[in-house]
Amino acid sequence: MVHWSAEEKQLIAGIWGRVSVEECGAEALARWVQLQTCPSPARGHWGSFHLSASLPRLLIVYPWTQRFFASFGNLSSPTAIIGNPKVRAHGKKVLTSFGEAIKNLDNLKGTYSKLSELHCEKLHVDPENFRLLGDILVIVLAAHFTKDFTPACQATWQKLVGVVAHALARKYH
Amino acid sequence: MVLSAADKSNVKAVFSKIGGHADEYGADALERMFVTYPQTKTYFPHFDLGKGSAQVKGHGKKVAGALVEAVNHIDDLAGALSKLSDLHAQKLRVDPVNFKLLGQCFLVTVATRNPSLLTPEVHASLDKFLCAVGTVLTAKYR
Repeated sequence: MVHWSAEEKQLIAGIWGRVSVEECGAEALARWVQLQTCPSPARGHWGSFHLSASLPRLLIVYPWTQRFFASFGNLSSPTAIIGNPKVRAHGKKVLTSFGEAIKNLDNLKGTYSKLSELHCEKLHVDPENFRLLGDILVIVLAAHFTKDFTPACQATWQKLVGVVAHALARKYH
Repeated sequence: MVLSAADKSNVKAVFSKIGGHADEYGADALERMFVTYPQTKTYFPHFDLGKGSAQVKGHGKKVAGALVEAVNHIDDLAGALSKLSDLHAQKLRVDPVNFKLLGQCFLVTVATRNPSLLTPEVHASLDKFLCAVGTVLTAKYR
């Protein structure tokens, strides 16, 4: 079982707490969509570093990951990917699941057991993709929190995404 | 993996923006790597790896310098990094997996210090570039 120090739990809760407040609510999502379609220097970069932008970013940075989303419609360009409502919806699903994991740090294996089976048996996703998404998530957090994303913070979150990836791969056969 | 014209342009833009701070970026990326991936410290038993270490700063400057050199000769990475490639193959023999780890940390450093630079497209280009550098540095391993 993975051990989490008090400091690590604090670093996870602290970051996630601040993120969750911004993630929730139709207003946040609408603002995100608006920022994607109407970039403006005044609004800054905030939009593209919303956590739910992690999945679109994965599909752009590692385009071969698009292989799992052939039924999602238009993925022909970064703009298309970012604006794709199915991608956005799936990104939210992934993030919600992550939130569940954070509430159950001491039982990640249990939390992800069914999802692991699903990703193996139905979705046929190579677990390497979980590691890639984890790395993207860390970079999105880094850009969001800038200097607050200290080396200790990064270390804790890389550990978390690594453990989540491991839990998701655990039921593969 | 091949760097497109757009990739090269994106990478040059990043390093142009980083400008004279490249040394700090190098040191920051190394510090993050040692904290996040402690196994990487095994290559530096002779270093003081504590916070603010002058040796880490010095090494960060070296790493950054090599990256800047690579960017300035982005059309011929193998040529530009040939000597470093020899060094890593014959003397340093850093396991290839570690270049990806340092690459991740460099991206995080850029993200924390210059988030507006890191659009998804630029992120992709920079990641490709860092992978290409790692590939060149390990190309002569066997």
